[in-house]
Amino acid sequence: MVAEIRKSLIAAVWFIFLTFPLMVVKVNTIENTVEWRWHNMLIVGVTFFFLSWLWRYLLQKKEEGTLTTKGALTKWTDRVMNEPAIYKPLIAVGTVAALLGPLVLSEKHMQPLISALIFIVLGLGLNIVVGLAGLLDLGYVAFYAVGAYAYALLNFHFGLSFWAALPLGAGLGAVFGILLGIPVLRLRGDYLAIVTLGFGEIIRLILENWDDLSHGPSGIANIPGPTLFGDVLSRSDSTVLIYYVIIAMLVFTIFVVNRIQNSRLGRSWLALREDEIACQAMGIDRMKTKLAAFAVGATWAGMAGVVFAAKSGFINPKSFEFWESVLILSIVVLGGQGSILGVILAAFVLKLLPEYVRILGEYRMLLFGAAMVLMMLFRPQGFISNVRRSYEFHGLDEEGADG
Amino acid sequence: MADKVLNVSGLTMDFGGLRAVDTVDLDVRQGEIVALIGPNGAGKTTFFNCITGIYPPTGGDVMVIPPGMEPQRLNGLKPNQITIRGMARTFQNIRLFPNMTALENVMVGRHCRTSAGVIGAIFRGPATRAEERETISISYKLLQKMGLKKHVNDLAKNLPYGAQRRLEIARALATDPFLLLLDEPAAGMNPQETTELDELITQIRDEDGISILLIEHDMKLVMSLSDRIFVVDFGRKIAEGIPQAIKDNPVVIKAYLGEEFEV
Amino acid sequence: MVYGIIELINFAHGEVYMIGAFVALIVASVLTMAGFTGPAVLALAMVFAIIYSGAYGFTVEKIAYKPLRHAPRLSPLISAIGMSIFLQNYVLLVQTPDFLPFPNLIPELEFLDPISHIFSSNDLAILSITTLSMVALVLFVKYTRMGKAMRATSQDRTMSTLVGIPINKVISTTFVIGSTLAAIGAVLIASFMQQINFYIGFVAGIKAFTAAVLGGIGSIPGAVLGSLILGLTESFATGYIRSDYEDVFAFALLVIILIFRPAGLLGKTKTQKV
Repeated sequence: MVAEIRKSLIAAVWFIFLTFPLMVVKVNTIENTVEWRWHNMLIVGVTFFFLSWLWRYLLQKKEEGTLTTKGALTKWTDRVMNEPAIYKPLIAVGTVAALLGPLVLSEKHMQPLISALIFIVLGLGLNIVVGLAGLLDLGYVAFYAVGAYAYALLNFHFGLSFWAALPLGAGLGAVFGILLGIPVLRLRGDYLAIVTLGFGEIIRLILENWDDLSHGPSGIANIPGPTLFGDVLSRSDSTVLIYYVIIAMLVFTIFVVNRIQNSRLGRSWLALREDEIACQAMGIDRMKTKLAAFAVGATWAGMAGVVFAAKSGFINPKSFEFWESVLILSIVVLGGQGSILGVILAAFVLKLLPEYVRILGEYRMLLFGAAMVLMMLFRPQGFISNVRRSYEFHGLDEEGADG
Repeated sequence: MADKVLNVSGLTMDFGGLRAVDTVDLDVRQGEIVALIGPNGAGKTTFFNCITGIYPPTGGDVMVIPPGMEPQRLNGLKPNQITIRGMARTFQNIRLFPNMTALENVMVGRHCRTSAGVIGAIFRGPATRAEERETISISYKLLQKMGLKKHVNDLAKNLPYGAQRRLEIARALATDPFLLLLDEPAAGMNPQETTELDELITQIRDEDGISILLIEHDMKLVMSLSDRIFVVDFGRKIAEGIPQAIKDNPVVIKAYLGEEFEV
Repeated sequence: MVYGIIELINFAHGEVYMIGAFVALIVASVLTMAGFTGPAVLALAMVFAIIYSGAYGFTVEKIAYKPLRHAPRLSPLISAIGMSIFLQNYVLLVQTPDFLPFPNLIPELEFLDPISHIFSSNDLAILSITTLSMVALVLFVKYTRMGKAMRATSQDRTMSTLVGIPINKVISTTFVIGSTLAAIGAVLIASFMQQINFYIGFVAGIKAFTAAVLGGIGSIPGAVLGSLILGLTESFATGYIRSDYEDVFAFALLVIILIFRPAGLLGKTKTQKV
């Protein structure tokens, strides 16, 4: 006990030392004054005294393996997802709520909700690349930008409608995914991460600087929303329509991801994530499989980009910074790599919550960072881990018995 | 005499200045069980890695002759292309897909014999569904055959050690090979498991007509299984022949026991 | 260098660099306001920046890397990104989101006056301190016990443990040394650019990584050569083409190098063991 207190005290003193110049001293170089914020020192000391306690407790738990076994949450979601009697009504309630949404909510609430839904689609798309195929892509937002700019520019120059742009954006996303994928996919995990990051930034910087193409940092304004059977809608009606579009897209995405997961292609992605060499020894073409994952992931980003452009009516390179990639990545990581339900929950928590709780908004990125580190340490499988499908055999048993 | 299915001639592999495999000739005939033995570090696994395309060999030729077909040269092909040509392998240090179920591991093995793509996966047409059903039933039968029936839906990483080794064999068999390469299949198994493995390997050869080339340290298993044995030491082939001849070969005894036991 | 030993990109390295710059700024400002001037301010600011960067490097390793040493490769990568975001926003929140002017700490040397328009005392300071650090680092890695342990660890971690090298200590030390160098770089560059904000670490981290990869991971002369090439390419490209694209060139160079020669200019290719 005494030893524990001493350890915590040392940790507290260490962090007071670490944070001293940054948290206590604040200089104003213009007026040449120094502000001393001594109270911060106390806060840091007390906080870290207890945090270090918790830290050691969790590490110890992890060593014992109690954290890696199924938590209560996972058990609960397992049950929900495996019992039709429970999940069917849940889906029904969810559908009704989703359909009635626009009738109940005002436009002020609709905008953030649509953003969150777009991010679910993005999260599910990136989930294919990171969660299933195990390729860490830090430039995912580039494909999102491709979709958004494709619609904005084609509309600006040729008056292309939203409905025509949607498949086009998806296609362009896939094409870019393949083009970027061919050179970079030969690289190993962390090199791949940094190269995709590089590509993402290159695309953003080009958008920012190539004024003739992209209108530079000021972006493109007056992007029309979707039309309904040729009628131009008012802003608020258009928002409602976009809402339904994104809901439909989400349902389609879930449907597709679900099917792909348990298909020949999905299994080869998982195998690739687990062990590349064994995967090749099973006769799987590594490049082709990775390219497929990249292209499918990028397709979804492209589609989401088109919807985003239509929703906001205005886009500029600021919406496609590296941190957006990180946000999508945190959705995937926190939600549980490979898990659909987890991604949906995480997208709501990360995208919607900060809109409504102001204090969270300010500290959002700080908390993200901390959460990502902690998740990797203590629950690398995310809030809700992906459960592999079980198969049942009745007929085959007898058939096999005489074989 | 049966036809050859694998013919390796003059295979050489250099790592920098080190010659790990030095002009080794080896062949496997249809329906044969051939063992490759040698002291630790003799270059056995490197030999496997060369013929399966994981390392590009520095010199020599690797030919496979699928029964009833034209010979094919394997040099320079990627591992996946080699597997498609009908040569499958397992790994010395087990390389399963740990977070997939046993059944899924085997289903991955079916990959190169099936064809559904993205579109098939999404729309799941009748052809895809039939293919998927077939994949499941073949994989399940393979598991049953390898005695893994009760582990079908368990994650590979949760299987006992011996079961993991057998699962690797099942996965390799799923690629429909005519030649199976086993890298120390009995490593880490207890005597009883080893006896079962002996029966399984014989069964694979007798029932499915698959030829087998294996690396193994367990001499009892090697002697009882093999039709012929190749011995390598320091990258060179030092002997080949039937088990009894190898057992009595002074060069082999010397390589295994070292100089001081010679007298 | 750090990368060579732990075989991982340290995304938080740029943040350690940024914190070094902030600490130097704060110390320098406080000292200036207290009435100190001249080289003493530079020296003290440098010392504090080094101490703090080292301490942060040490702490980052303890929290975000050490518990994950046996985890799959993606885990430490993601936790490092998390750490990087955390540190950036920590500085943003407790200090300021704006650019801060950074005082020019390097005193004008009189004997350089006649040629100061082509070779200023700034340049001299950067050149000499960089050379000095590089020589020190090479000597350290080549001739000390710890240096040898580091090279061994980067070759084969398991074997190093078996021959009794305390790899935890080695990795910690590597982080601290890397962070120390980051701090030196941060002070020099900040006083050259004359302004800093919380975001400088990101681009610096990428550029440092590019330079390291360019020269060959784990090779010290390689890293210096890489940095030189990177710096020259950037200034030529921006001089002859367009200045807006400065960062594009850094990224493009990185991408090209990684794709065509992942081992770098002075590095060796490694064969993966199966």
